[in-house]
Amino acid sequence: MNRLGIELPGLKLKNPIMPASGCFGFGREFSQLYDLSKLGAIMIKATTLTSRFGNPTPRVAETSGGMLNAIGLQNPGLKKVMDEELPWLEQYDVPIIANVAGSMTEDYVEVAKQISTAPNVHALELNISCPNVKTGGIAFGTAPEIAKELTSRVKEVSSAPVYVKLSPNVANIVEMAQAVEEGGADGLTMINTLLGMRLDLKTGRPILANKSGGLSGPAIKPVSIRMIYEVSQKVGIPIIGMGGVQTAQDVIEYFYAGASAVAVGTANFVDPFICPSIIDELPSLLDEIGVNHISDLTGRSWKTDDQKAYHRA
Amino acid sequence: MIKQEKMTITCQREIAASIYELTLEGQLVDQMVEPGQFVHLRVSEGIDPLLRRPISISKIHSDRQAFTMIYRAEGKGTQLLSEKQIGDKVDVLGPLGHGFPIEKNMKGKKALLVGGGIGVPPLYELSHRLLEGDMDVVHVLGFQNESSAFYIDQFSQLGDTYAASVDGTVGTKGFVTNILDQLKFDFDVLYACGPTPMLKALEERFRDKRAYLSLEQRMGCGIGACFACVCAVKDDPEQSAYRKVCSDGPVFPIGEVVL
Repeated sequence: MNRLGIELPGLKLKNPIMPASGCFGFGREFSQLYDLSKLGAIMIKATTLTSRFGNPTPRVAETSGGMLNAIGLQNPGLKKVMDEELPWLEQYDVPIIANVAGSMTEDYVEVAKQISTAPNVHALELNISCPNVKTGGIAFGTAPEIAKELTSRVKEVSSAPVYVKLSPNVANIVEMAQAVEEGGADGLTMINTLLGMRLDLKTGRPILANKSGGLSGPAIKPVSIRMIYEVSQKVGIPIIGMGGVQTAQDVIEYFYAGASAVAVGTANFVDPFICPSIIDELPSLLDEIGVNHISDLTGRSWKTDDQKAYHRA
Repeated sequence: MIKQEKMTITCQREIAASIYELTLEGQLVDQMVEPGQFVHLRVSEGIDPLLRRPISISKIHSDRQAFTMIYRAEGKGTQLLSEKQIGDKVDVLGPLGHGFPIEKNMKGKKALLVGGGIGVPPLYELSHRLLEGDMDVVHVLGFQNESSAFYIDQFSQLGDTYAASVDGTVGTKGFVTNILDQLKFDFDVLYACGPTPMLKALEERFRDKRAYLSLEQRMGCGIGACFACVCAVKDDPEQSAYRKVCSDGPVFPIGEVVL
Protein backbone atom coordinates (compact mmCIF):
# COMPACT_ATOMS: atom_id res chain seq x y z
CA MET A 1 0.00 0.00 0.00
CA ASN A 2 1.16 3.49 -0.77
CA ARG A 3 1.06 5.17 2.61
CA LEU A 4 1.16 8.59 1.02
CA GLY A 5 -1.42 8.07 -1.74
CA ILE A 6 -4.36 10.49 -1.56
CA GLU A 7 -7.53 10.76 -3.59
CA LEU A 8 -9.24 14.12 -3.83
CA PRO A 9 -11.80 15.42 -6.33
CA GLY A 10 -10.14 15.12 -9.72
CA LEU A 11 -6.81 14.20 -8.18
CA LYS A 12 -5.26 10.83 -7.61
CA LEU A 13 -2.02 11.78 -5.91
CA LYS A 14 0.91 9.42 -5.34
CA ASN A 15 1.78 11.65 -2.41
CA PRO A 16 0.18 14.76 -0.89
CA ILE A 17 3.05 17.16 -1.63
CA MET A 18 2.91 19.74 -4.40
CA PRO A 19 4.62 23.03 -5.14
CA ALA A 20 2.29 25.99 -4.65
CA SER A 21 1.29 28.22 -7.51
CA GLY A 22 3.59 31.12 -8.20
CA CYS A 23 6.55 29.43 -6.55
CA PHE A 24 7.36 26.95 -9.29
CA GLY A 25 6.73 28.74 -12.58
CA PHE A 26 5.60 26.09 -15.05
CA GLY A 27 8.11 23.59 -13.73
CA ARG A 28 10.82 24.09 -16.35
CA GLU A 29 13.42 25.48 -13.96
CA PHE A 30 12.94 22.80 -11.33
CA SER A 31 12.94 20.07 -13.99
CA GLN A 32 16.66 20.75 -14.36
CA LEU A 33 17.09 19.76 -10.73
CA TYR A 34 14.92 16.66 -10.25
CA ASP A 35 12.29 14.47 -11.88
CA LEU A 36 8.97 16.30 -11.57
CA SER A 37 7.11 12.95 -11.65
CA LYS A 38 8.16 12.56 -8.03
CA LEU A 39 5.67 15.26 -6.99
CA GLY A 40 2.09 14.60 -5.94
CA ALA A 41 0.90 17.38 -8.25
CA ILE A 42 2.06 20.73 -9.56
CA MET A 43 0.12 23.93 -9.07
CA ILE A 44 1.27 25.97 -12.02
CA LYS A 45 1.68 29.72 -12.11
CA ALA A 46 -1.50 31.78 -12.32
CA THR A 47 -2.79 32.00 -15.86
CA THR A 48 -4.78 34.94 -17.17
CA LEU A 49 -6.65 35.35 -20.45
CA THR A 50 -3.96 37.55 -21.97
CA SER A 51 -0.32 37.85 -21.03
CA ARG A 52 0.61 40.03 -18.06
CA PHE A 53 3.93 41.71 -17.44
CA GLY A 54 3.30 42.14 -13.73
CA ASN A 55 4.48 44.86 -11.37
CA PRO A 56 7.65 46.98 -11.50
CA THR A 57 10.70 45.88 -9.51
CA PRO A 58 11.66 45.55 -6.70
CA ARG A 59 9.10 42.79 -6.43
CA VAL A 60 10.40 40.98 -3.36
CA ALA A 61 11.48 42.05 0.10
CA GLU A 62 12.67 39.88 2.93
CA THR A 63 11.08 39.80 6.36
CA SER A 64 11.90 37.86 9.52
CA GLY A 65 10.97 34.31 8.65
CA GLY A 66 9.22 35.28 5.47
CA MET A 67 9.17 37.23 2.28
CA LEU A 68 6.95 39.80 0.68
CA ASN A 69 6.24 39.57 -3.00
CA ALA A 70 4.40 41.73 -5.46
CA ILE A 71 5.03 39.91 -8.73
CA GLY A 72 1.60 40.84 -10.08
CA LEU A 73 0.58 37.60 -11.80
CA GLN A 74 3.17 37.81 -14.56
CA ASN A 75 2.39 35.04 -17.03
CA PRO A 76 2.44 34.41 -20.78
CA GLY A 77 -1.35 34.23 -21.11
CA LEU A 78 -3.81 31.38 -21.68
CA LYS A 79 -2.89 30.55 -25.27
CA LYS A 80 0.80 30.16 -24.61
CA VAL A 81 0.19 28.14 -21.46
CA MET A 82 -2.15 25.82 -23.41
CA ASP A 83 0.10 25.60 -26.48
CA GLU A 84 3.50 25.40 -24.85
CA GLU A 85 3.65 24.96 -21.09
CA LEU A 86 0.99 22.30 -20.49
CA PRO A 87 2.04 20.08 -23.44
CA TRP A 88 5.64 20.31 -22.21
CA LEU A 89 4.54 19.16 -18.75
CA GLU A 90 2.87 16.08 -20.26
CA GLN A 91 6.23 14.29 -20.30
CA TYR A 92 5.91 14.00 -16.52
CA ASP A 93 3.60 11.62 -14.71
CA VAL A 94 2.12 14.32 -12.52
CA PRO A 95 -1.35 15.88 -12.40
CA ILE A 96 -1.50 19.61 -12.93
CA ILE A 97 -3.63 22.02 -10.94
CA ALA A 98 -4.10 25.11 -13.07
CA ASN A 99 -4.32 28.37 -11.16
CA VAL A 100 -6.92 30.57 -12.86
CA ALA A 101 -6.82 34.34 -12.43
CA GLY A 102 -8.53 37.32 -13.98
CA SER A 103 -9.70 40.90 -13.67
CA MET A 104 -13.40 40.23 -14.12
CA THR A 105 -15.76 37.28 -13.98
CA GLU A 106 -15.75 36.74 -17.74
CA ASP A 107 -11.95 36.38 -17.71
CA TYR A 108 -12.05 33.68 -15.05
CA VAL A 109 -14.85 31.87 -16.86
CA GLU A 110 -13.04 31.87 -20.19
CA VAL A 111 -9.69 30.77 -18.77
CA ALA A 112 -11.33 28.05 -16.68
CA LYS A 113 -13.39 26.78 -19.61
CA GLN A 114 -10.38 26.39 -21.86
CA ILE A 115 -7.61 25.36 -19.50
CA SER A 116 -9.72 22.68 -17.82
CA THR A 117 -9.82 20.80 -21.14
CA ALA A 118 -6.05 20.26 -21.21
CA PRO A 119 -5.37 16.53 -20.79
CA ASN A 120 -3.01 16.90 -17.86
CA VAL A 121 -5.03 19.53 -16.00
CA HIS A 122 -6.87 17.51 -13.38
CA ALA A 123 -8.16 20.40 -11.28
CA LEU A 124 -8.42 24.16 -11.23
CA GLU A 125 -7.37 26.47 -8.46
CA LEU A 126 -9.46 29.61 -8.58
CA ASN A 127 -7.23 32.51 -7.63
CA ILE A 128 -9.60 34.93 -5.96
CA SER A 129 -7.03 36.04 -3.47
CA CYS A 130 -4.02 37.58 -5.16
CA PRO A 131 -3.20 40.73 -3.18
CA ASN A 132 -1.05 42.20 -5.91
CA VAL A 133 -3.42 43.07 -8.71
CA LYS A 134 -5.47 46.22 -8.75
CA THR A 135 -8.62 44.71 -10.21
CA GLY A 136 -9.96 41.23 -9.69
CA GLY A 137 -7.83 39.06 -7.44
CA ILE A 138 -8.47 39.89 -3.85
CA ALA A 139 -11.60 41.89 -4.65
CA PHE A 140 -13.28 38.56 -5.41
CA GLY A 141 -11.76 36.88 -2.41
CA THR A 142 -12.97 39.15 0.36
CA ALA A 143 -16.70 39.36 -0.35
CA PRO A 144 -18.53 36.05 0.27
CA GLU A 145 -21.40 36.62 -2.16
CA ILE A 146 -19.10 37.67 -5.00
CA ALA A 147 -16.82 34.70 -4.35
CA LYS A 148 -19.78 32.33 -4.34
CA GLU A 149 -21.13 33.73 -7.57
CA LEU A 150 -17.74 33.50 -9.28
CA THR A 151 -17.25 29.93 -8.09
CA SER A 152 -20.60 28.83 -9.48
CA ARG A 153 -19.99 30.60 -12.79
CA VAL A 154 -16.65 28.83 -13.15
CA LYS A 155 -18.12 25.48 -12.07
CA GLU A 156 -20.67 25.73 -14.88
CA VAL A 157 -17.98 25.78 -17.55
CA SER A 158 -15.12 23.82 -16.04
CA SER A 159 -14.42 20.26 -17.17
CA ALA A 160 -12.29 19.72 -14.06
CA PRO A 161 -13.04 20.01 -10.32
CA VAL A 162 -12.62 23.50 -8.95
CA TYR A 163 -10.62 24.34 -5.83
CA VAL A 164 -10.91 27.87 -4.55
CA LYS A 165 -7.84 29.55 -3.07
CA LEU A 166 -8.86 31.54 -0.02
CA SER A 167 -7.36 34.80 1.11
CA PRO A 168 -6.43 35.20 4.78
CA ASN A 169 -7.08 38.93 4.46
CA VAL A 170 -10.67 38.62 5.69
CA ALA A 171 -12.42 39.02 9.02
CA ASN A 172 -14.23 35.69 8.80
CA ILE A 173 -12.51 32.90 6.91
CA VAL A 174 -15.22 30.34 7.70
CA GLU A 175 -17.85 32.53 6.09
CA MET A 176 -15.72 32.75 2.92
CA ALA A 177 -15.14 29.00 2.86
CA GLN A 178 -18.82 28.23 3.28
CA ALA A 179 -19.76 30.71 0.59
CA VAL A 180 -17.56 29.10 -2.04
CA GLU A 181 -18.68 25.64 -0.92
CA GLU A 182 -22.26 26.77 -1.56
CA GLY A 183 -21.07 28.04 -4.90
CA GLY A 184 -20.08 24.50 -5.77
CA ALA A 185 -16.36 24.41 -4.97
CA ASP A 186 -14.96 20.87 -4.95
CA GLY A 187 -12.19 21.82 -2.56
CA LEU A 188 -10.31 24.66 -0.96
CA THR A 189 -6.69 25.70 -1.06
CA MET A 190 -5.58 27.88 1.77
CA ILE A 191 -4.07 30.18 2.49
CA ASN A 192 -2.84 32.75 0.01
CA THR A 193 -0.42 35.42 1.23
CA LEU A 194 -1.12 37.98 3.94
CA LEU A 195 -0.99 41.62 2.96
CA GLY A 196 2.17 43.20 4.27
CA MET A 197 4.65 45.98 3.82
CA ARG A 198 8.27 46.88 4.52
CA LEU A 199 9.96 50.26 4.58
CA ASP A 200 13.53 51.10 3.66
CA LEU A 201 15.45 52.33 6.71
CA LYS A 202 17.54 54.75 4.67
CA THR A 203 14.82 56.36 2.58
CA GLY A 204 11.73 55.74 4.70
CA ARG A 205 9.92 54.58 1.59
CA PRO A 206 8.32 51.21 0.80
CA ILE A 207 10.86 48.65 -0.44
CA LEU A 208 8.43 47.12 -2.94
CA ALA A 209 7.64 49.16 -6.03
CA ASN A 210 4.01 48.11 -5.52
CA LYS A 211 4.31 49.47 -1.96
CA SER A 212 2.59 46.47 -0.34
CA GLY A 213 2.88 42.78 -1.13
CA GLY A 214 1.92 39.29 -0.05
CA LEU A 215 3.68 37.83 2.97
CA SER A 216 4.61 34.16 2.72
CA GLY A 217 7.01 31.76 4.38
CA PRO A 218 7.27 30.28 7.89
CA ALA A 219 6.09 33.56 9.43
CA ILE A 220 2.52 32.90 8.27
CA LYS A 221 2.27 29.23 9.23
CA PRO A 222 0.39 29.80 12.52
CA VAL A 223 -2.20 31.92 10.72
CA SER A 224 -2.71 29.21 8.14
CA ILE A 225 -2.94 26.42 10.71
CA ARG A 226 -5.56 28.37 12.64
CA MET A 227 -7.64 29.06 9.53
CA ILE A 228 -7.51 25.47 8.29
CA TYR A 229 -8.41 24.29 11.78
CA GLU A 230 -11.47 26.53 11.80
CA VAL A 231 -12.58 25.94 8.22
CA SER A 232 -12.06 22.18 8.04
CA GLN A 233 -14.60 21.68 10.84
CA LYS A 234 -17.23 23.70 9.02
CA VAL A 235 -17.05 22.50 5.41
CA GLY A 236 -17.51 19.15 3.74
CA ILE A 237 -14.91 19.63 1.04
CA PRO A 238 -11.21 18.85 1.31
CA ILE A 239 -8.51 21.42 1.92
CA ILE A 240 -5.07 21.62 0.36
CA GLY A 241 -3.10 23.47 3.02
CA MET A 242 -0.20 25.85 2.46
CA GLY A 243 1.60 28.77 4.01
CA GLY A 244 5.09 28.43 5.41
CA VAL A 245 5.57 24.70 4.94
CA GLN A 246 9.29 23.94 5.25
CA THR A 247 9.59 20.46 6.68
CA ALA A 248 7.88 17.06 6.82
CA GLN A 249 6.88 17.95 10.39
CA ASP A 250 5.08 21.02 9.08
CA VAL A 251 3.16 18.78 6.68
CA ILE A 252 2.00 16.63 9.58
CA GLU A 253 0.84 19.73 11.45
CA TYR A 254 -1.20 20.79 8.42
CA PHE A 255 -2.85 17.39 8.29
CA TYR A 256 -3.61 17.61 12.01
CA ALA A 257 -5.23 21.00 11.40
CA GLY A 258 -7.51 19.51 8.75
CA ALA A 259 -5.64 19.48 5.43
CA SER A 260 -5.81 16.52 3.05
CA ALA A 261 -2.76 17.56 1.03
CA VAL A 262 -0.10 20.22 1.35
CA ALA A 263 1.51 22.70 -0.98
CA VAL A 264 5.01 24.06 -0.53
CA GLY A 265 5.60 27.65 -1.59
CA THR A 266 8.40 29.95 -0.52
CA ALA A 267 10.54 27.08 0.75
CA ASN A 268 11.18 26.11 -2.89
CA PHE A 269 13.21 29.31 -3.21
CA VAL A 270 15.28 28.57 -0.13
CA ASP A 271 15.86 24.90 -0.95
CA PRO A 272 14.85 23.93 -4.49
CA PHE A 273 14.96 20.24 -3.53
CA ILE A 274 12.56 20.71 -0.61
CA CYS A 275 9.53 18.93 -2.15
CA PRO A 276 11.30 15.63 -2.94
CA SER A 277 13.08 15.81 0.45
CA ILE A 278 9.79 16.14 2.30
CA ILE A 279 8.24 13.30 0.28
CA ASP A 280 11.17 11.05 1.21
CA GLU A 281 10.95 11.94 4.89
CA LEU A 282 7.23 11.43 5.38
CA PRO A 283 7.06 7.61 5.72
CA SER A 284 9.50 7.48 8.65
CA LEU A 285 7.58 10.28 10.30
CA LEU A 286 4.38 8.24 9.95
CA ASP A 287 6.20 5.39 11.70
CA GLU A 288 7.19 7.72 14.51
CA ILE A 289 3.62 8.89 14.95
CA GLY A 290 2.38 5.32 14.63
CA VAL A 291 -0.07 5.63 11.77
CA ASN A 292 -0.23 3.58 8.65
CA HIS A 293 -1.58 6.14 6.24
CA ILE A 294 -1.06 9.87 6.10
CA SER A 295 -4.75 10.56 5.57
CA ASP A 296 -5.40 9.16 9.05
CA LEU A 297 -3.93 12.39 10.34
CA THR A 298 -6.39 14.76 8.66
CA GLY A 299 -8.23 16.78 11.29
CA ARG A 300 -6.69 14.92 14.22
CA SER A 301 -6.59 18.18 16.13
CA TRP A 302 -10.37 18.29 16.34
CA LYS A 303 -11.74 14.90 15.27
CA THR A 304 -13.16 12.33 17.62
CA ASP A 305 -11.94 8.76 17.28
CA ASP A 306 -14.89 7.40 15.39
CA GLN A 307 -14.64 9.96 12.64
CA LYS A 308 -12.72 8.87 9.60
CA ALA A 309 -10.26 10.77 7.51
CA TYR A 310 -11.19 11.91 4.06
CA HIS A 311 -10.27 9.76 1.15
CA ARG A 312 -7.73 7.04 0.99
CA ALA A 313 -6.06 5.89 -2.18
CA MET B 1 24.36 22.07 -14.51
CA ILE B 2 22.94 23.58 -11.32
CA LYS B 3 23.93 21.73 -8.15
CA GLN B 4 23.45 22.21 -4.46
CA GLU B 5 26.34 21.43 -2.16
CA LYS B 6 27.60 22.22 1.31
CA MET B 7 31.00 23.60 0.44
CA THR B 8 33.89 24.17 2.83
CA ILE B 9 35.43 27.55 3.55
CA THR B 10 39.19 27.51 2.95
CA CYS B 11 39.78 31.25 3.10
CA GLN B 12 37.84 34.16 4.55
CA ARG B 13 39.49 37.55 4.98
CA GLU B 14 38.59 41.21 4.96
CA ILE B 15 40.41 42.83 2.04
CA ALA B 16 38.91 46.34 2.35
CA ALA B 17 36.40 48.06 4.60
CA SER B 18 33.51 45.56 4.91
CA ILE B 19 34.72 43.81 1.74
CA TYR B 20 35.47 40.12 2.19
CA GLU B 21 37.21 37.54 0.05
CA LEU B 22 35.82 34.06 0.59
CA THR B 23 37.05 30.84 -0.96
CA LEU B 24 34.92 27.70 -0.98
CA GLU B 25 35.95 24.19 -1.90
CA GLY B 26 33.79 21.43 -3.34
CA GLN B 27 32.76 19.46 -6.39
CA LEU B 28 30.25 22.06 -7.50
CA VAL B 29 33.21 23.99 -8.95
CA ASP B 30 33.37 21.44 -11.79
CA GLN B 31 30.10 22.94 -13.07
CA MET B 32 31.44 26.49 -13.26
CA VAL B 33 32.04 27.30 -16.89
CA GLU B 34 31.45 30.96 -17.62
CA PRO B 35 32.94 34.04 -15.99
CA GLY B 36 30.15 36.25 -14.65
CA GLN B 37 27.96 33.48 -13.28
CA PHE B 38 26.85 33.63 -9.66
CA VAL B 39 26.01 31.39 -6.73
CA HIS B 40 23.08 31.56 -4.37
CA LEU B 41 24.15 31.10 -0.75
CA ARG B 42 22.21 30.13 2.30
CA VAL B 43 23.80 32.05 5.15
CA SER B 44 21.71 30.70 8.00
CA GLU B 45 20.40 27.28 8.94
CA GLY B 46 17.35 28.95 10.41
CA ILE B 47 14.69 31.18 8.91
CA ASP B 48 16.15 34.62 9.55
CA PRO B 49 17.28 35.60 7.05
CA LEU B 50 15.13 33.25 5.05
CA LEU B 51 16.22 33.73 1.48
CA ARG B 52 19.52 32.93 -0.19
CA ARG B 53 22.04 35.59 -1.17
CA PRO B 54 23.19 35.91 -4.79
CA ILE B 55 26.93 36.56 -5.00
CA SER B 56 29.09 36.64 -8.12
CA ILE B 57 32.01 34.32 -8.70
CA SER B 58 35.29 36.23 -8.89
CA LYS B 59 37.79 33.43 -9.51
CA ILE B 60 37.44 29.77 -10.38
CA HIS B 61 40.32 27.55 -9.23
CA SER B 62 39.47 24.45 -11.26
CA ASP B 63 42.76 22.73 -10.36
CA ARG B 64 41.81 22.58 -6.70
CA GLN B 65 38.01 22.47 -6.93
CA ALA B 66 37.61 25.86 -5.32
CA PHE B 67 36.22 29.26 -6.18
CA THR B 68 36.59 32.69 -4.69
CA MET B 69 34.01 35.37 -4.31
CA ILE B 70 34.24 38.91 -3.03
CA TYR B 71 31.27 40.42 -1.26
CA ARG B 72 30.38 43.42 0.83
CA ALA B 73 29.03 42.76 4.32
CA GLU B 74 26.27 45.30 4.54
CA GLY B 75 23.00 43.57 5.38
CA LYS B 76 22.11 40.91 7.89
CA GLY B 77 22.81 38.02 5.50
CA THR B 78 26.22 39.08 4.27
CA GLN B 79 27.15 40.07 7.83
CA LEU B 80 26.39 36.51 8.95
CA LEU B 81 28.40 35.17 6.03
CA SER B 82 31.39 37.29 7.04
CA GLU B 83 31.34 35.73 10.50
CA LYS B 84 31.85 32.23 9.14
CA GLN B 85 35.27 30.69 9.70
CA ILE B 86 37.68 28.51 7.76
CA GLY B 87 36.39 24.95 7.90
CA ASP B 88 32.73 25.97 8.19
CA LYS B 89 30.29 24.73 5.55
CA VAL B 90 28.13 26.93 3.38
CA ASP B 91 25.08 25.73 1.45
CA VAL B 92 25.73 26.74 -2.15
CA LEU B 93 23.33 26.57 -5.08
CA GLY B 94 24.97 27.15 -8.43
CA PRO B 95 26.45 28.01 -10.74
CA LEU B 96 23.54 30.21 -11.81
CA GLY B 97 22.79 32.45 -14.75
CA HIS B 98 24.58 33.23 -17.95
CA GLY B 99 27.88 35.06 -17.64
CA PHE B 100 30.03 37.13 -19.98
CA PRO B 101 30.30 35.61 -23.45
CA ILE B 102 33.84 35.21 -24.69
CA GLU B 103 33.81 35.49 -28.41
CA LYS B 104 35.98 33.34 -30.64
CA ASN B 105 38.80 34.58 -32.85
CA MET B 106 39.48 37.65 -30.74
CA LYS B 107 43.24 37.07 -30.51
CA GLY B 108 45.05 40.39 -30.25
CA LYS B 109 41.81 42.33 -29.88
CA LYS B 110 41.29 44.69 -26.99
CA ALA B 111 38.73 44.25 -24.22
CA LEU B 112 37.73 47.07 -21.90
CA LEU B 113 36.51 45.91 -18.52
CA VAL B 114 34.65 48.44 -16.40
CA GLY B 115 33.64 47.68 -12.83
CA GLY B 116 32.04 49.69 -10.08
CA GLY B 117 32.28 48.78 -6.38
CA ILE B 118 31.02 45.30 -5.69
CA GLY B 119 30.57 44.92 -9.46
CA VAL B 120 34.34 44.60 -9.82
CA PRO B 121 34.75 40.96 -8.64
CA PRO B 122 33.24 39.03 -11.59
CA LEU B 123 35.57 40.90 -13.95
CA TYR B 124 38.57 39.21 -12.35
CA GLU B 125 37.79 35.72 -13.66
CA LEU B 126 36.70 37.28 -16.95
CA SER B 127 40.03 39.05 -17.33
CA HIS B 128 41.91 35.78 -16.83
CA ARG B 129 39.79 34.07 -19.46
CA LEU B 130 40.29 36.88 -21.97
CA LEU B 131 44.02 36.70 -21.41
CA GLU B 132 43.93 32.96 -22.05
CA GLY B 133 42.42 33.87 -25.42
CA ASP B 134 45.36 36.19 -26.06
CA MET B 135 43.31 39.36 -25.86
CA ASP B 136 44.57 42.63 -24.47
CA VAL B 137 42.69 43.74 -21.41
CA VAL B 138 42.29 47.16 -19.89
CA HIS B 139 40.53 47.61 -16.56
CA VAL B 140 38.77 50.67 -15.27
CA LEU B 141 37.64 50.23 -11.70
CA GLY B 142 35.54 52.60 -9.61
CA PHE B 143 35.29 52.75 -5.83
CA GLN B 144 33.83 55.03 -3.16
CA ASN B 145 37.18 55.71 -1.52
CA GLU B 146 40.55 54.19 -0.73
CA SER B 147 39.35 52.13 2.22
CA SER B 148 36.70 50.35 0.14
CA ALA B 149 39.01 49.77 -2.85
CA PHE B 150 40.34 46.29 -3.54
CA TYR B 151 42.13 44.13 -6.09
CA ILE B 152 43.73 47.06 -7.96
CA ASP B 153 47.12 45.31 -7.75
CA GLN B 154 45.68 41.98 -8.82
CA PHE B 155 44.06 43.51 -11.90
CA SER B 156 47.27 45.43 -12.66
CA GLN B 157 49.09 42.13 -13.03
CA LEU B 158 46.72 41.16 -15.82
CA GLY B 159 46.72 44.39 -17.84
CA ASP B 160 46.58 48.16 -17.72
CA THR B 161 44.43 49.17 -14.77
CA TYR B 162 42.93 52.56 -13.96
CA ALA B 163 41.09 53.37 -10.78
CA ALA B 164 38.65 56.10 -9.83
CA SER B 165 37.19 57.01 -6.46
CA VAL B 166 34.42 59.36 -5.57
CA ASP B 167 36.54 61.26 -3.04
CA GLY B 168 39.82 61.04 -4.94
CA THR B 169 41.63 59.08 -2.23
CA VAL B 170 42.57 56.44 -4.78
CA GLY B 171 43.15 56.96 -8.51
CA THR B 172 41.29 59.65 -10.41
CA LYS B 173 38.71 61.67 -8.48
CA GLY B 174 35.23 60.96 -9.73
CA PHE B 175 33.62 58.04 -11.51
CA VAL B 176 34.81 55.47 -14.03
CA THR B 177 33.23 57.63 -16.72
CA ASN B 178 35.69 60.42 -15.92
CA ILE B 179 38.52 58.08 -16.87
CA LEU B 180 36.70 56.82 -19.96
CA ASP B 181 35.99 60.36 -21.16
CA GLN B 182 39.55 61.44 -20.48
CA LEU B 183 41.43 58.57 -22.06
CA LYS B 184 39.01 57.65 -24.84
CA PHE B 185 40.09 54.02 -25.06
CA ASP B 186 39.90 52.23 -28.33
CA PHE B 187 38.43 48.77 -27.75
CA ASP B 188 36.77 45.89 -29.56
CA VAL B 189 34.50 44.71 -26.78
CA LEU B 190 33.32 46.19 -23.50
CA TYR B 191 32.36 44.21 -20.41
CA ALA B 192 30.88 45.97 -17.40
CA CYS B 193 29.41 45.24 -14.01
CA GLY B 194 28.37 47.77 -11.39
CA PRO B 195 25.55 49.97 -10.16
CA THR B 196 22.75 50.78 -12.57
CA PRO B 197 23.65 54.49 -12.95
CA MET B 198 27.12 53.40 -14.08
CA LEU B 199 25.68 50.94 -16.58
CA LYS B 200 23.32 53.62 -17.89
CA ALA B 201 26.22 56.01 -18.35
CA LEU B 202 28.09 53.34 -20.31
CA GLU B 203 25.05 52.63 -22.43
CA GLU B 204 24.78 56.30 -23.35
CA ARG B 205 28.39 56.36 -24.49
CA PHE B 206 28.76 52.97 -26.12
CA ARG B 207 25.33 51.91 -27.36
CA ASP B 208 26.72 51.22 -30.82
CA LYS B 209 29.66 49.18 -29.61
CA ARG B 210 29.94 45.50 -28.89
CA ALA B 211 29.32 45.42 -25.15
CA TYR B 212 27.94 43.25 -22.35
CA LEU B 213 26.51 44.52 -19.09
CA SER B 214 25.99 42.53 -15.90
CA LEU B 215 22.89 43.58 -13.95
CA GLU B 216 21.97 43.41 -10.32
CA GLN B 217 18.41 42.83 -9.07
CA ARG B 218 16.64 41.54 -5.96
CA MET B 219 16.05 37.83 -6.41
CA GLY B 220 13.86 35.18 -4.88
CA CYS B 221 14.80 31.78 -6.23
CA GLY B 222 17.80 32.59 -8.44
CA ILE B 223 16.80 29.96 -11.00
CA GLY B 224 14.04 31.72 -12.93
CA ALA B 225 10.93 30.35 -11.26
CA CYS B 226 9.72 33.21 -9.09
CA PHE B 227 9.72 36.14 -11.56
CA ALA B 228 11.09 38.53 -8.93
CA CYS B 229 14.01 39.87 -10.97
CA VAL B 230 12.28 40.48 -14.27
CA CYS B 231 13.30 43.44 -16.42
CA ALA B 232 11.68 44.87 -19.53
CA VAL B 233 13.11 44.47 -23.02
CA LYS B 234 13.96 47.49 -25.18
CA ASP B 235 12.34 47.95 -28.56
CA ASP B 236 9.25 46.04 -27.49
CA PRO B 237 6.18 47.86 -28.79
CA GLU B 238 3.76 45.56 -26.96
CA GLN B 239 5.67 46.02 -23.71
CA SER B 240 5.15 42.42 -22.77
CA ALA B 241 8.60 40.95 -23.41
CA TYR B 242 10.90 40.45 -20.45
CA ARG B 243 14.13 38.88 -19.32
CA LYS B 244 14.89 37.36 -15.96
CA VAL B 245 18.13 38.72 -14.53
CA CYS B 246 18.85 35.46 -12.68
CA SER B 247 18.43 32.95 -15.47
CA ASP B 248 18.51 34.91 -18.75
CA GLY B 249 21.25 37.15 -17.34
CA PRO B 250 22.79 38.55 -15.24
CA VAL B 251 24.82 39.49 -18.33
CA PHE B 252 22.98 41.03 -21.29
CA PRO B 253 24.21 42.55 -24.54
CA ILE B 254 24.11 46.33 -24.32
CA GLY B 255 20.74 47.74 -25.36
CA GLU B 256 18.79 44.50 -24.85
CA VAL B 257 17.03 45.36 -21.62
CA VAL B 258 15.75 48.54 -20.00
CA LEU B 259 18.17 49.61 -17.30
